[in-house]
Amino acid sequence: MAVQMLLSELDETILHKVAEISNQNIYRCMQCGTCTAVCPMVTDMEITPQRVVALLQHGIVDPLMESRTPWLCASCLTCQVRCPRGIELPRVMEAIRQLMLRRRHDQLSPRSIPSASLAELPQIALVAGFRKLTG
Amino acid sequence: MKTSYYPGCTLKTKARNLEDAALASLAALSIEVEELERWNCCGAVYSLADDDLIHQVAPVRNLVRAKDAGAGRVVTLCAQCYNVLARGNLLMREDEDKRRTLNMFMEEETDYHGEVEVVHYLDLLREEAGWDRLRRQVRVPLEGLRVAPFYGCALLRPHEIGVGGQGNRPTIMQDLLTALGATPVEFPLMQECCGAYEIVANPAQSLERSARVVASALGCGVDAMVLSCPLCEYNLGKKQGAAARSVPALPVYYFTQLLAVALGLGPASCRFDLNMVGARALLERRGFLDASIAV
Repeated sequence: MAVQMLLSELDETILHKVAEISNQNIYRCMQCGTCTAVCPMVTDMEITPQRVVALLQHGIVDPLMESRTPWLCASCLTCQVRCPRGIELPRVMEAIRQLMLRRRHDQLSPRSIPSASLAELPQIALVAGFRKLTG
Repeated sequence: MKTSYYPGCTLKTKARNLEDAALASLAALSIEVEELERWNCCGAVYSLADDDLIHQVAPVRNLVRAKDAGAGRVVTLCAQCYNVLARGNLLMREDEDKRRTLNMFMEEETDYHGEVEVVHYLDLLREEAGWDRLRRQVRVPLEGLRVAPFYGCALLRPHEIGVGGQGNRPTIMQDLLTALGATPVEFPLMQECCGAYEIVANPAQSLERSARVVASALGCGVDAMVLSCPLCEYNLGKKQGAAARSVPALPVYYFTQLLAVALGLGPASCRFDLNMVGARALLERRGFLDASIAV
């Protein structure tokens, strides 16, 4: 995936926000790709976890805001326990999600869940889903 | 040490089978726990946002309840609840600023500094009963039952709170299964996430992940799978067959149900009616539910 970079487009405010919400230093990432290799949801992500960090390192945030990747992340922490640099990538994903959710771009609506599913889903699925995917 | 019990919302309704079997087993093993009064939903997922503490109030308040009850530890069953409570506890123990902020915010509650230990039922079982005593109390050895232990993510990660304290190589479920007379069968995806809340947001992708986990277990030649979370049970058990990829049926139980059966407590304490189709049938076919066996 080719992304055009213009220095003038570096969005420092958003990068600071990501750093603030996640409390992570993404510049530690050495792009080894282990996170991508272990991620259970990666096959549906058009931007891999490794790429997410690469984009952030280059100050490019827009593709991440439009990507499915942060919403497919199940917060399973496999990437976190495997990262050789100790980067808590799930926190970075949470930060990207929060940037959208705090702008009221909810990803889940109660009305979108079929009533048959609502009847059979364990409550924790709904609580977790709404906590992660709505503001 | 007094032990409080935190059930969480789902165990009182859809996962009644997990709770009933667990409490009946504790009684049979003379391990006392007392359900927390006024517990609230823990929130099901641990908030990863560093700048927003409001999401920590729910789990921390439960820990305050345990402290108020005079408990030295609180035990829980649901993997999600365990994960949230344990990580909330870690936060209160390790982060002075956030601890102060949360205690100040919850000014009408007792101040909490991480006094209570959060333990998963498996660790409680190992500490209070031990595998040798458990083996001696087994009335219906689950002989010949090949069982895949499914840990998933919430019981194990981050490693600071992982059950059994064994990081990447947990054996606590296998040890339990061995003590019950069953044959634990480790399989490659036993620590992989079942999909969790993605079943609500991206069901097709989540079901595909779950189907992979089940296929991985079946590939190792197992009769059944055990787990410790209503969401895992839903994704891996009840929703078997809903994924695009077709996988032969694999009965899924809560580990407490096999524990209760092995202790001779019978199906009455297990609520198999809440399990996926075929779960009770397997145990019946193997003769484990035969009332005449248990003494």
